[in-house]
Amino acid sequence: MSKPKTLFDKIWDAHVVKQKEGYPDVLFIDRHFIHEVTSPQAFDGLRKKNIPVFNTKRTTATADHNVPTKDQHLPIKEALSRHQVETLRKNCAEFGIELYDLGHPFQGIVHIIGPELGLTLPGMTIVCGDSHTSTHGAFGNIAFGIGTSEVEQVLATQCVLQYKPKTMRIEVNGKLGHGVVAKDIILYIISKISASGATGYFVEYAGSAIENLSMEARMTICNMSIEMGARGGLIAPDETTFNYIRGRKFAPQGEAFEQHVEQWKKLKTDEGAVYDKVLTYDAADIAPMITYGTNPGMGIRVTDRIPTENELKEINEKTSFSKSLEYMGLEPGSQLLGKSVDFVFIGSCTNARIEDLRLVASIVKGKKKSPNVEVWVVPGSKQVEEQARKEGLDKIFEEAGFELRGPGCSACLGMNEDKIPAGKYCISTSNRNFEGRQGPKSRTFLASPLSAAAAAITGKVTDVRELLADGS
Amino acid sequence: MSKEKFITLQSTAVPLAVENIDTDQIIPARFLKATTREGFGENLFRDWRYDGDGKPKAEFVLNKSTFSGKILVAGKNFGCGSSREHAAWALYDFGFRVVISSFFADIFKNNALNNALLPIQVSDAFLKKIFAAIEVNPSTFIEVNLENQFIKLPDGAKESFDINPYKKACMINGHDDIDYLLSLNDEIREFDLTQ
Ligand code: SF4
Repeated sequence: MSKPKTLFDKIWDAHVVKQKEGYPDVLFIDRHFIHEVTSPQAFDGLRKKNIPVFNTKRTTATADHNVPTKDQHLPIKEALSRHQVETLRKNCAEFGIELYDLGHPFQGIVHIIGPELGLTLPGMTIVCGDSHTSTHGAFGNIAFGIGTSEVEQVLATQCVLQYKPKTMRIEVNGKLGHGVVAKDIILYIISKISASGATGYFVEYAGSAIENLSMEARMTICNMSIEMGARGGLIAPDETTFNYIRGRKFAPQGEAFEQHVEQWKKLKTDEGAVYDKVLTYDAADIAPMITYGTNPGMGIRVTDRIPTENELKEINEKTSFSKSLEYMGLEPGSQLLGKSVDFVFIGSCTNARIEDLRLVASIVKGKKKSPNVEVWVVPGSKQVEEQARKEGLDKIFEEAGFELRGPGCSACLGMNEDKIPAGKYCISTSNRNFEGRQGPKSRTFLASPLSAAAAAITGKVTDVRELLADGS
Repeated sequence: MSKEKFITLQSTAVPLAVENIDTDQIIPARFLKATTREGFGENLFRDWRYDGDGKPKAEFVLNKSTFSGKILVAGKNFGCGSSREHAAWALYDFGFRVVISSFFADIFKNNALNNALLPIQVSDAFLKKIFAAIEVNPSTFIEVNLENQFIKLPDGAKESFDINPYKKACMINGHDDIDYLLSLNDEIREFDLTQ
């Protein structure tokens, strides 16, 4: 019998076109996504070399990073953003690539539309010029972010050159507490292993707490793999996965679908396969989480104090720690609970799917936002937006004083007009709290959609479990 | 596109003793709107370099006349965060050819190597030594030898570094990954049909 393999190794090995001593593996890419920010220079490269796209059917484009979230039917006001989106249009037309442009019913954040259209499937290799490509791994595939030179390579050859990363297994077992959701699991893991703890690894998430998650919650987990340095994360496909894919627009249909499911069922780590590292956590230890600093590893349970310098494990991190707290305007050893916030951002490829909006609505229904906060709800895609309206979530948000906008990356990275003003605090369902990420000098607290919704109601950092205990 | 060849370099260095420098700091998202590769150096470390009115911040190292050179020395976990290759372009465009740190984020490292910018990972102790040397004497010349994979300070302190042989050959010859991939066109075409 052959050596037992991890799921990661199985998918990787099945995609190696060529292996040569001293060279990285030539890895075939099944599915390639592009957007307006990291693709223009890649198309320029093709033009200069006078080469076509290798297989246009394997690349799909959308406009998401730069797009306005208001009045999306009007021309983009900001000249550079407009230019970038127009360049994408021109490139897609010239090279024959399908584009889900502004106004198209399939437009949205690249990592949200792939799964929702059934383009993202188990067993695939998937890349995009975007680090959160790891999101797609929730379906049991190898998905990772690449740079623009590599985007060009994929367009030109449908391959990238890669060294096989090490493998890590992260198991979360047991039952999650009330008010604790997928975002809390991943923020908890990152707070334990740090923002660089998984660098060089590809992570497989497993354990009963992960298996019990919905597909959308699994995407939230895999999405943030990159925030601990991992190239990507994946979860073995199961019935939950197959049920999610069944009937989606570009997924195999009917008989073909059933045949695929038979193949997909084999996508599991073999008994006895060896990982380079294994970590195990207990779901019962996880509480609603929040970050206080300027990297996603700086997270605490919402009820905990911010650590003091002496409590930090690594001497090395001390300079960053005080720099970070100074930026955030926070004191070491203080509580975040009760701290007032100015903005609430519900959006991004981490938490802007329909289930996230439902979670928010479940807390907010019949309530009003606090007068001192501004709340933006930015759906991950046009389809999510439509679904939210169909379910009447827009009414709930409107009554609460929330603003439901058009789809896009929005204040996750503030490339469009949606920026958090300098010095203001934003509780955000996105994935990065870096300095200036949401706008110059903006201050970000990362949290789950439930916690963000709770803060919208109270106007301050809140333990969502208290609101849930109110019987709402 | 063939790139500049890299064999050896002797230069003074700029110290930036901060850990976890993410690509949003190297080049903030709002400056990613260009559709060419050039000109990003202007906005390298934008929000650390300039205040809200665009005035240079005197205390930031790139604004100090004391330090200059083609080598950037930075704290652990350099280049974490976004996959934007613009971070590597900005460093290169500004004039850096080498970044030294005790740890690099994966995607950044790859992007740098694809753009003739050499990331050198040294031990924590050696990194400290370099910071100390530059601090004491900003005109310290650091020698980077890619051919023999070592880095050396004027007092003779030396450390060797790892680099993948393929990437090393690419850097030394100014080759691109795409040249190799394009040469495999027929094999890839066949593979695609089996998928
Ligand atoms: S939502 Fe944020 S993290 Fe996700 S792709 Fe857009 S900018 Fe990147």
